[in-house]
Amino acid sequence: MKPVSTSPYCESLPLSRRGLLGAGVSFFAWTHMPRMASAAGTRDPRFLTVILRGAMDGLSAVAPVSDPDYAALRAGIALGKDGDNAGIGLDGFFVLHPAMKTFARLYQAKQALVVHAAATPYRERSHFDGQDVLETGLPGVGRVDSGWLNRALLALPKGDRILTKGGLGVGTVTPLVLRGDAPVMGWAPQKLADANDDLSRRVMDLYTHTDPALAKALKAGLMADDLAKGGQALADPNMMARAASGAARLMMKDEGPRIAVLSYDGWDTHANQGGVKGRLADLLGGLDGAFAAFEKEFAETWKDTAILVVTEFGRTAKINGTEGSDHGTATVAMLLGGAVKGGRVLADWPGLKATQLHEGRDLKPTTDLRSVFKGVLAGQLGLSPQVLAEKVFPGSGAIKPLDGLIT
Amino acid sequence: MASSDDTIRIAMQRFGHGAKPESRAHLGKDLRGVLLADVDPAKVRITQSDLPSTARGIQLVAEVEERRREARAAARTNANTPPSSPNSPMAAPPATMVENSASPVPPRTPVLPPDPGDVRLRDVMLAEAKARIELGIAAETGFGERWVDFWSNHFCVALRRGQILQGVIGAYEREAIRAHAFGKFSDMLLAVEMHPAMLHYLDQRQSIGPASPAGVRQKKGLNENLAREIMELHTLGVGGGYTQADVTNFAKVLTGWSISNNEENLDGYGGFFFAPNRHEPGPQIILGKTYTQEGKDQGLAVLRDLAGHPSTAKFVARKLARHFVADNPPPALVEKLQQDFRKTGGDLASLARTLVTAGEAWTVPQTKLRTPYEFVMAALRATGEKPEKVPQILNALNLMGQQLWNPPGPNGHPDHEAELIAPKAIKTRLEFSLQAARLIGSRIDPRELADQLYGAALGPETKQAIARAETRPQGMAILLMSPEFQRR
Repeated sequence: MKPVSTSPYCESLPLSRRGLLGAGVSFFAWTHMPRMASAAGTRDPRFLTVILRGAMDGLSAVAPVSDPDYAALRAGIALGKDGDNAGIGLDGFFVLHPAMKTFARLYQAKQALVVHAAATPYRERSHFDGQDVLETGLPGVGRVDSGWLNRALLALPKGDRILTKGGLGVGTVTPLVLRGDAPVMGWAPQKLADANDDLSRRVMDLYTHTDPALAKALKAGLMADDLAKGGQALADPNMMARAASGAARLMMKDEGPRIAVLSYDGWDTHANQGGVKGRLADLLGGLDGAFAAFEKEFAETWKDTAILVVTEFGRTAKINGTEGSDHGTATVAMLLGGAVKGGRVLADWPGLKATQLHEGRDLKPTTDLRSVFKGVLAGQLGLSPQVLAEKVFPGSGAIKPLDGLIT
Repeated sequence: MASSDDTIRIAMQRFGHGAKPESRAHLGKDLRGVLLADVDPAKVRITQSDLPSTARGIQLVAEVEERRREARAAARTNANTPPSSPNSPMAAPPATMVENSASPVPPRTPVLPPDPGDVRLRDVMLAEAKARIELGIAAETGFGERWVDFWSNHFCVALRRGQILQGVIGAYEREAIRAHAFGKFSDMLLAVEMHPAMLHYLDQRQSIGPASPAGVRQKKGLNENLAREIMELHTLGVGGGYTQADVTNFAKVLTGWSISNNEENLDGYGGFFFAPNRHEPGPQIILGKTYTQEGKDQGLAVLRDLAGHPSTAKFVARKLARHFVADNPPPALVEKLQQDFRKTGGDLASLARTLVTAGEAWTVPQTKLRTPYEFVMAALRATGEKPEKVPQILNALNLMGQQLWNPPGPNGHPDHEAELIAPKAIKTRLEFSLQAARLIGSRIDPRELADQLYGAALGPETKQAIARAETRPQGMAILLMSPEFQRR
């Protein structure tokens, strides 16, 4: 019910090489190579996924103020086009929550976009199953212990630099989306004490002979720690921004990971979620602070960066009896970064009349989140539609990648 | 069966909180008998008189809030003088019972007995944590404490939900979990769902029946959080056969369940309180059955039925086997536990006995990774370190990904390898081991301790790595990090 985590990723290599090998031998795949494949020189794409755990209320983050039914459903917490409860205008139909000023600026600069009325294929309302489906990328709940981001790494050609650099999981637990056979490292903004190198070596040596799983985990933990050394301590007490800065600093480095995942908890706003101000506004403000930290820390690599922000499902269209919202279905995904073709809200808007709502209560999904995942993976990693449909999101052939997300 | 060193390791690590140096010599042949003797309600009771009851804990929260209000008011009336204690340790988000109350009557500050000194709510939580850790260390095998830990996590609440939890978290575990740990599942379920900690944690106290007098007057309505999590996480489990309509109807049934904040009646203060004017009137259908009871009896009837539902037996059996024995437990073991639960109507003592005597529970390889809490408890028991610095212990648990009484969500802390083996978390176990080993210094010879704990169950590689360590502390850290110590 409260907090959660996040994730991201990024970095790369000469486009032409990855494009060629990553696409396999199919001529058809070539026709889907992103434009960057022909760019002169090199591009070094970075891709970070941020998971908002607890089900973020998309109707509050990006409010459909021109929908005739919106204000009544959200009585008391609705945003408006102007006045005391004004959001930040996006396209005349939607406004952005006013706590998200960095995102608004990036949107104006065409470096941020919103996908609305999006959902995974999951249609029940359990956080934990919903997060599983979000992270495994499968059509439903299943006992699979690998995530789509890890499988995307594995789908890169052997020896690919993005693959060998591995994925970065921020936090003390590797998120499911990043679990799997591709190498993963972990990092968190705090630690207890420096284990001296000699002890580390001895314990590693013991594990190598007795316990491969522990060996793998400890090795990855030690490696991430080495990389993060030398980073400046952040003065900002905001943990969201701190975690964001730490992740970006690791991904900035030449030898650092190019793919990462961060999770932020606390989005399960069942009661008193608030409007322009309040609990959800504070969370969105914290998230916006993380966006500012990403932009600052990625610095000159920002132009090659894409950050995807997703949550397991949305919340009820109508607020509940306690000025909060209960578990729902469709919500927003946000995409930002210098590599993003932004300045747009992508939505096949389903409407908010009772007959238009999913099961009479939730925003109806009109975009499968997997098409967003695929669009970003195609643009940033050069993965072909076939590879995405067969290896990364098995059984998703009918879900086409959303084109044109990445410049 | 003979007590080989391997089976001793199973008894002490799979079921217990880990061996102490003297354990192997004391255990004797009848390991099952030793564990069965720990199925004893008296052994999991914490009777320290200075720990506050739930009602007292809630009073403390109200007092702290009142003091803070006074300080704020004083600061306002004298704008030139800064507040006396701007860095008060209580300066946390005010998610407190009085300020959050959805009570139709504007809450007033309770009249409370004077409290000597500046009580810090965090100190209450730390004292509770200390009592829990000390009992875990003192217990012979620790099976009872592991059992309590399982149920406390099954019915978890979280400190992050605000100050009220700091004040009552320990009382919640003592009064709702420990008191029923070897009683009936249905009694534990009722105690949990009626406890202020849970009513606050899952937003129940704010839920109002839309057709109730309060709902009509205030135009407020349901919050289905508690109803859903009871079905999904506490009883039936996902896929347990309930629908969205069942959740909604159950949420209606539970309206009116709240916490008493009536200062006129200190006897009932801070306990369960049923508010008739917030209760949704009329019968409700849940899982095909119509509940016509009035008032809180309607909710009690639903909870009793949920406790006896076959899906609950199945859900609990599998979760127990997964927690104690293996991430993928033997189906025969799950079946035994499920049958026992159904046959006895959820008798938890019988369930515990069935678990420790099942043949399958003694033959599965010891590949389950200890949770951070189990690891820390085992390290304290093995080394004889006293838990004097509770904040440091809690901080270490936090960094290893398992903050005591503060899981990330209502599904509790994870206990399976995929969640526990994150690189950062394992690296942090290494840092903790080194820190502990440095504290111990040369007081203990790790070669000797390894032999006392494991005898022939210690693998040759670990034995050699400890023996070859440069210093005793380094050898101790290697012992604590060894697969023998980390897995159970």
